[in-house]
Amino acid sequence: MLREGEVRIPSGCAISGIFHKKGGNINGSDIIKSISVMHDRSNGLGGGFAGYGIYPEYKNYYAFHVFYDDKASKAACELFLEDHFDIVNLSRIPTKKIDKIRNEPLIWRYFVAPLPTKLASRQLDEREYVAQCVINVNSKINGAYIFSSGKNMGIFKAVGFPEDVGEFYMLDNYEGYCWTGHGRYPTNTPGWWGGAHPFGILDYSVVHNGEISSYDANRRYIESYGYKCNLLTDTEVISYIIDFLNRRQRLSFQDIASIIAAPFWSTISKLDEKLQQKLIYFRNNYASLLITGPFSILVGSEGKLMALNDRLKLRSMIVAENDEMAYVASEECAIRILEPQINRLYAPRGGEAVVFSLEE
Amino acid sequence: MEYLLNEYEVERDDYRCIRCGVCARQCANGVHSLNEVTKRMEADNSQCVNCHRCVSLCPSGALKIVKNRHTFRDNANWSRDNITEIYKQAATGGVLLSSMGNPKDYPGYFDRMLINASQVTNPSIDPLREPMETKTFLGKKITDIVRDSEGRIVYKSKPGLELSVPIMFSAMSYGSISYNAHESLARASRDLGIYYNTGEGGLHKDFYQYGANTIVQVASGRFGVHKDYLEAGAAIEIKMGQGAKPGIGGHLPGAKIIKDISETRMIPEGSDAISPAPHHDIYSIEDLRQLVYSLKEATNYKKPVIVKIAAVHNVAAIASGVARSGADIIAIDGYRGGTGAAPTRIRDNVGIPIELALASVDERLRQEGIREEVSIVVGGSIRSSADIVKAIALGADAVYIATSALIALGCHLCRNCQMGKCNWGIATQDPELVKRLNPNIGYKRLVNLITAWKHEIEEMMGGMGINSIEALKGNRFMLRGIGLNQKELDILGIKHAGE
Repeated sequence: MLREGEVRIPSGCAISGIFHKKGGNINGSDIIKSISVMHDRSNGLGGGFAGYGIYPEYKNYYAFHVFYDDKASKAACELFLEDHFDIVNLSRIPTKKIDKIRNEPLIWRYFVAPLPTKLASRQLDEREYVAQCVINVNSKINGAYIFSSGKNMGIFKAVGFPEDVGEFYMLDNYEGYCWTGHGRYPTNTPGWWGGAHPFGILDYSVVHNGEISSYDANRRYIESYGYKCNLLTDTEVISYIIDFLNRRQRLSFQDIASIIAAPFWSTISKLDEKLQQKLIYFRNNYASLLITGPFSILVGSEGKLMALNDRLKLRSMIVAENDEMAYVASEECAIRILEPQINRLYAPRGGEAVVFSLEE
Repeated sequence: MEYLLNEYEVERDDYRCIRCGVCARQCANGVHSLNEVTKRMEADNSQCVNCHRCVSLCPSGALKIVKNRHTFRDNANWSRDNITEIYKQAATGGVLLSSMGNPKDYPGYFDRMLINASQVTNPSIDPLREPMETKTFLGKKITDIVRDSEGRIVYKSKPGLELSVPIMFSAMSYGSISYNAHESLARASRDLGIYYNTGEGGLHKDFYQYGANTIVQVASGRFGVHKDYLEAGAAIEIKMGQGAKPGIGGHLPGAKIIKDISETRMIPEGSDAISPAPHHDIYSIEDLRQLVYSLKEATNYKKPVIVKIAAVHNVAAIASGVARSGADIIAIDGYRGGTGAAPTRIRDNVGIPIELALASVDERLRQEGIREEVSIVVGGSIRSSADIVKAIALGADAVYIATSALIALGCHLCRNCQMGKCNWGIATQDPELVKRLNPNIGYKRLVNLITAWKHEIEEMMGGMGINSIEALKGNRFMLRGIGLNQKELDILGIKHAGE
């Protein structure tokens, strides 16, 4: 059977996210609890989490989480990393042997900073340099896969049910201000850990429930700008689109939402002239980044969490808020299990981005 | 002695024929006549081109045109066409002329691709109940956002065209087709929110009112080109080549240069309008850049410039050069594209299929990171809405149609436009024949055709779970090949059905 990346595998899913608006700590066990009540939305073929604010002691370094097929790929990747980065810390990512998670690859973590001389000679901005290095490793070094590459954040994922994946990575040992979680229901056996969600590039992470019908249009556009879609998954291409629009084009998450889940022309025609001008500009110039087909996504980035549905709202997604906390999930039960007392509970409309940011 | 055998025969049901003589009055080729002695209608089969005019107008259904069953001795190598063409050339010493697109039995790739639909894992979308968007923009895209000194985004796009549906009427000159045909195209474009193209024959003064829906063409003969003309259109097209006759220019015989046409083209009445094969100010790509910018300069950088090329062997490299020449839109015309007159050998043997040309150009521009610098419009035998869906999924931004539009106006593809005796009032300047095409009906039929195709495109998009044409553009996962070899699949960038 072909490995993920050699064949495109559609999947359904469950997503959940928790965000502490004042930057307070949330234990990793909370997100496991939340995603586990949606057990039936996954089928044991992929689960994962992203935590933000989890590495305060290394917050100025990029944290690379890497899967290796074998020692040879590890050696090749480390040679590349040493050549391009100053590695301040490296170790295996601590895991716990549990019955339900098997066939794990080698899982390593590196805290790195770009080598200043190398960075200067490449004439790139620091984040672009790091992104290019990550894409290089993932597309050129066989058997090595950097699946998390942001500062003060980390992605943890595996083949299995999400609650088992959380236990395997011992997430109760981590605390952060934001967590997202994902349970996967692929229609095929990927059998490869890299295919699980979240997908990340730099500090952007995406969990996604859906199957986008615009995939190849989006992929072929974004690959013109130096990205390589190795996994053939929706999540991967969405992550690159967000990175392109937010980091490289400096567009806000709200503006990104009006590109990827653009309002219909019939809606735009009813808006005031200034808003029309802006939306026509986005739809014209970024036409190939419109995402169609069902999706609900959670996009994490430094200090921010965005929840967004496709423009027809073809996937369930609900948001809840209290004074300090915000929750987003595919189903309300995944929120109620953590917080029975909710001040405000609502289902955002299709294409309506809900963005939470850390309060100053 | 005449060696030629008649290609078609008129079969008249003498029992049904009422001797009304409408066939005789309608046939510009003089096929039908009343024998005053026998009081029966007769036919000169040698003049019949099988245009169906008489059949369509015969009130008693007495007529049919059949292929002459009389045959040469069977020969797998020497076809009837091969033999009769030699007879014609031996008799005249001339180059063979034909019209409309290449009719030969080459493989058609649109007919070897199949479209996807959603099942289970994502929902199809019902265009009767949900919005379904076919609007698209042509022109350069801004990929690096421009901000003012205070960091605010400047919401200003580059000059372009807005289409309600990704279909435009391709270039057909006033001269090659009639006044009424042009009026039908212009009015339909305005009604539909799309564009028609003047071709290289200039713009008749009556049609300046449709300027907002007009693409004005500048070809190697520069016929009818002046400042007001350039300013009248919504876009300017430089015609470098045409799918039906790559490598040569247009040719309109003096007989068609009647008063109105001579004024519009700015040439003497009755003189042949022969466009040079190349533009004599463009012998290389840097020269093209100068013409593109001359036209932009002349129109104050307000209008997009289209460069139209024929699909030839190294079309991807040529398109890449064009994309870097300042053009906003590249139009590529495939070898099946129609014409009012072309040398038969060129029409039938030069150029490549539009599907392959489109796939290579789109992929090449993406690899070079300049796909957003230009829009791609393809033409050359777009026969149905399914062809359009496939072309857009391969990577086109929009399509050009011309033959389909003429068929909507009544053309029966008899492929004798070069004779100027079009019985349907389309490819003729004979006032008696032109009258037969009523623009009030003609424009409505064009509107109907595009409206019907729009509905069909929406149905196919909805089936794929796509509700905006933009998400179909270049979405090659939505296509699968059938009966294609690996090389063909690689060029088209698609998988085989079942994969």
